Amino acid sequence: MSGFKDKVVLVTGGSRGIGRACALAFAKAGAATVVISYVGNEAAAQETVALLQGAGAKAEAVRFDVADATACATAVDNIVKAHGRIDVLVNNAGVAVDGLVMRVKDEDWDKQLDTNLKGAFALIRAASRPMMKQRGGAIINLTSVVGEMGNGGQAAYAASKAGLIGLTKSVAKELASRNIRVNAVSPGFIGTDMTSHLDDDLRQKMTAGIPLGRLGNADEVAGAVLFLAGDAASYITGEVLKVNGGMYM
Amino acid sequence: MSTSTIDPKVVESKVKSIIADQLGVGEDEIKPESSFIEDLGADSLDIVELVMAMEEEFEVEIPDEEAENIKTVGDAINYINTHKK
Repeated sequence: MSGFKDKVVLVTGGSRGIGRACALAFAKAGAATVVISYVGNEAAAQETVALLQGAGAKAEAVRFDVADATACATAVDNIVKAHGRIDVLVNNAGVAVDGLVMRVKDEDWDKQLDTNLKGAFALIRAASRPMMKQRGGAIINLTSVVGEMGNGGQAAYAASKAGLIGLTKSVAKELASRNIRVNAVSPGFIGTDMTSHLDDDLRQKMTAGIPLGRLGNADEVAGAVLFLAGDAASYITGEVLKVNGGMYM
Repeated sequence: MSTSTIDPKVVESKVKSIIADQLGVGEDEIKPESSFIEDLGADSLDIVELVMAMEEEFEVEIPDEEAENIKTVGDAINYINTHKK
């Protein structure tokens, strides 16, 4: 597993769930440095850092809100200053505030769009320059099955995730000449903190719509992210890779 | 860093060095009349990177509509000389 040797990886929202699984997958694949961002959960972030170090990577947790574009630029600057480069950016940080569209508050709309979509944009903007200078890099945006198929009660979340697909494809075209590949991974119903509040009834209904007959887990999403970041995917850019057990094809 | 005392010769040599670095061309190939795209092989991403590098080096802001008019090395040097603080 020498593919990620010497590579510097940033995973946003890396303290728990899919982000943690992604960070850990890179550490296990031999990445030299894995930086995670987190916004609230210091204990979870430190736990993740310990796991990453246990897997043999240099690891650090940086606290910043991806909705703050200035903080995003500073974070990327600091990584490039400290580690000399940035090879992989995984835009995973996201929030969901569910509610029927008539009842969605402006602030909840803004929070989801700012975190899920603008945050990814701000980090891509910041990371694209060092990646251009390096003449290479991989960016993976975590979208969602609801960005592809819509979901009642998740208008803002789905809009932000659909927006990520347009962002992914546009930036893939812009940066391709510099050997920077930009792809998206679209998870379906994955067992994480974000889905843990759903009641059993809804959970059963959702599982019934999944051909593989079960929820996915974070490691199965991380596997797709790792694949798209690595040399095995060297001719793949602008792709949206579904990891959803067949619930949307 | 203050740029107020930079004389035009220094600007010219710094601009040339930024261009050489960004485009991977020899400084002897870089003439005031050289067109970035036609003579020096730059593409649109190179132009953006050049503009950003010059903005940083000389602490100026080059708005997009001005950047569109910077087509040759001479245009870039003139822009910096007229706008540097």
